[in-house]
Amino acid sequence: MFTNFPFFPEAASEQAGQVDALYFFLVAVTAFFMALVGILVVVFAIKFHRKHADEVGVEIHGSLVLELLWTFIPLGITMVMFVWGAQVFFHMTRPPKGAMDIYIVGKQWMWKAQHMDGAREINELHVPLGVPVKLTMGSEDVIHSFFIPDFRVKADVIPGRYNTLWFTATKPGRYHLFCTQYCGTKHSAMIGWVTVMEPSDYQAWLGGGPVNGSMADNGAKLFQDLACATCHLENGQGRAPSLKGVYGSTVTLTTGQTVTADDAYVRESILNSQAKIVAGYQPIMPTFQGLVSEEQLLQLIAYVKSLGGNQQGATK
Amino acid sequence: MDTTATPTLNYLNNGHGLKSWLLTRDHKRIALLYLWSVTAFFFLGGFFALMIRLELLTPASDLVQPDTYNKLFTMHGIVMVFFFLIPSIPATLGNFLIPIMIGAKDLAFPRINLLSWYIYILGGLFTITAALTGGVDTGWTFYAPYSTTASNSNVILAGLGIFITGFSSILTGLNFIVTVHRMRAPGLTWFRLPLFVWSHYATSLIMILGTPVIAITVLLVAVERGLHLGIFDPALGGDPVLFQHLFWFYSHPAVYIMILPAMGVVSELVQAFARKNIFGYAFVAFSSLAIAIIGFLVWGHHLFVSGQSTYAGLVFSIISMFVAIPSAVKVFNWTATLYKGSVSWDSPMLYAFGFIGLFTIGGLTGLFLATLGMDIHMHDTYFIIAHFHYVMVGGAIFGFLGGLHYWWPKITGRMYPEGWAKFACLNIFIGFNLTFGPQFIVGYLGMPRRYAMYAPEFQVWNVLSTAGATILGIGYLIPMVYFTWSIFKGEIASANPWGARGLEWEIPSPPPTENFLVTPIVTHGTHQYAPSHEVGIV
Ligand code: HEM
Ligand SMILES: [Cu+2]
Repeated sequence: MFTNFPFFPEAASEQAGQVDALYFFLVAVTAFFMALVGILVVVFAIKFHRKHADEVGVEIHGSLVLELLWTFIPLGITMVMFVWGAQVFFHMTRPPKGAMDIYIVGKQWMWKAQHMDGAREINELHVPLGVPVKLTMGSEDVIHSFFIPDFRVKADVIPGRYNTLWFTATKPGRYHLFCTQYCGTKHSAMIGWVTVMEPSDYQAWLGGGPVNGSMADNGAKLFQDLACATCHLENGQGRAPSLKGVYGSTVTLTTGQTVTADDAYVRESILNSQAKIVAGYQPIMPTFQGLVSEEQLLQLIAYVKSLGGNQQGATK
Repeated sequence: MDTTATPTLNYLNNGHGLKSWLLTRDHKRIALLYLWSVTAFFFLGGFFALMIRLELLTPASDLVQPDTYNKLFTMHGIVMVFFFLIPSIPATLGNFLIPIMIGAKDLAFPRINLLSWYIYILGGLFTITAALTGGVDTGWTFYAPYSTTASNSNVILAGLGIFITGFSSILTGLNFIVTVHRMRAPGLTWFRLPLFVWSHYATSLIMILGTPVIAITVLLVAVERGLHLGIFDPALGGDPVLFQHLFWFYSHPAVYIMILPAMGVVSELVQAFARKNIFGYAFVAFSSLAIAIIGFLVWGHHLFVSGQSTYAGLVFSIISMFVAIPSAVKVFNWTATLYKGSVSWDSPMLYAFGFIGLFTIGGLTGLFLATLGMDIHMHDTYFIIAHFHYVMVGGAIFGFLGGLHYWWPKITGRMYPEGWAKFACLNIFIGFNLTFGPQFIVGYLGMPRRYAMYAPEFQVWNVLSTAGATILGIGYLIPMVYFTWSIFKGEIASANPWGARGLEWEIPSPPPTENFLVTPIVTHGTHQYAPSHEVGIV
């Protein structure tokens, strides 16, 4: 009836090996203490089994030395876990410079992916082998969570903000993609596949060129259609700042504070334009809340990004 | 065994008829009211669990539709957590024993004690109404904005049920704290208190400090749902992650509400059945307080994948490691107590052994989840389900059943059939491990929780788990049967059938209404078993 008894998921990303090493360490510690406690309890229970009905135990009130030992030894071991876990975590949460960008939108109950050159797919994600891929993810409705077990990566996908996740796939093949944050009726059907291809195959799969325009091109078109361009003149003479070179730079606000112009900042400037006003400008920009979809927002961000600027500044 | 007849007048036969129970102010009778109600909720929650497991026998959603499945696990979670695990030990054994253990005639506020039972029942009625009139599908965690904007099920009604029940918890906690402070018998200093009382004291602190937060949180969900204020909904300028902070600020400490009382029970069991006082009394007592206090600082370990800042993640990770230490200290102290004891293998002690095993597994697997790089992979998979069932269900239920067996003769004045009790304990232990053990493996494989359908490669572990659940379910039913039998036919119990120490064993079984005819004067700790040549144990 059951052809396989899987014990362990495939390790198909660069991260997977690190997580598995940590896992084996934790399993070893668990097995050791399980055995220690288990054996002591069983041995004591047998060795000191009550011999006659009115027997009582020997009065022993405790031992400070033992208490200190079994406080500080476990503390030391958990500190090893903490530090090791934190190292793996830092690695997992900091995408390397120059990682390939892909945008993901979660929606009840599907995963939509947009590649930079414009290719789009639903419940499928094609990625090249051996290339660090950074996903920037937003949600159109409720909280979802993006999980590829064979890569050991996961991040919540939250409406109103962007979370990122990155991985480098190391084995060609097809891997499950699950939603792990309960999101309603078809939560368990919000499943997809990640296909890892040789980079040349990936290029071929992309179709050798934009199908319906790259993300930035689509963003540029939106920029015109939504009349953003009437204020944000390229030469900086408009009623609004030019967006050239803004992405990733440090922006000074009328309040005197500064912010880094990252994805979240651009998003907020579009949806909630009064929240942060750039020094030297009037709060006249209308809000585009409800006028642009989550995917269009990502295209607009890609466009702003394409206008140049300190790319890394915004990604870190 | 001593078979002297039950004393003629006791709390059970002092007053008859429904009214004498429903209007009672006797903490012992109120404890029994709770015992019946939490048992009813336990089997209701168990019924939902069995449906969940049957659905998961196959990868497809063929037994029930996904919507129904979602409502099943939501009701399972709500009923088990809020109506069984949280009140189980404190409201039944705690209510019955705390006044007796400290030599008092009742709790400080007997009327409030009765009131808290009525509040609990009222909250339960709301929740059951919510279930019967269409159900709730948010999961017991009510995450926004799903609960506030997307779900079209009975969120407000179910939330109200939890809100109301919270008051019952707060009142019970308050009552215990005042009672322990004000009503201890002469000579019963803080460091002579039974560890059961210490653990309930720590639990009560969490109840009164934490419960208001969950009450406010579900209220905010209701307000947001009704009035669209934009507290949690980002479309209205709210913050969905704020909900998670508020929710876990209560719900993480709440797991200690479920487990600390069980630890108190196990401390009593280990001492009584090893005929020894505990190894390191002060360390065990203070570890309860440490767990209660540090437990309030670790909620963020539920948010490692929510995009909270890396540094917040680090802080919550390290504090979570700290909170594991007092638990480890307790396990080592229980183990050390067995050394040179006079260890009997009576059924309550078997539950204590079971508790130590399951709690150790549950606690150690908790460290996986506190370890940052590891939790990313495991979060919201079946590994979590397995972990919290080992801790909360393994821990709380083994503590509850162990305590119920130990004090059953005191409560009812009757013994239960020991052979059956041992058999049931073994049955539950095996069923439990077969149910939840495979879930660790399928969790690491990547099976997400709350899935009505799953990928076929996960099936073998789910079949094992469902088989285990069947054994476990039978295991839970057996004590129901023999306990009921024992009330009518069980052998009459003596005042102290185990030869145990503690004020509760110095009064008749079942206790008289006023507990003590003369207020006892305490001259030493409650578990001093002098050497056998000095004291003859009957
Ligand atoms: C006192 C006993 C139990 C308690 C307190 C308890 C508690 C819980 C809780 C709090 C959840 C999480 C619900 C959620 O994620 O919304 C849960 C889930 C679950 N429980 Fe139990 N449980 C108990 C017994 C059982 C038993 C006996 C079984 C099996 C027969 C079982 C099977 C499950 C399953 C399969 C889930 C996962 C549902 C999901 O995917 O979220 N539980 N339980
Ligand atoms: Cu989802």
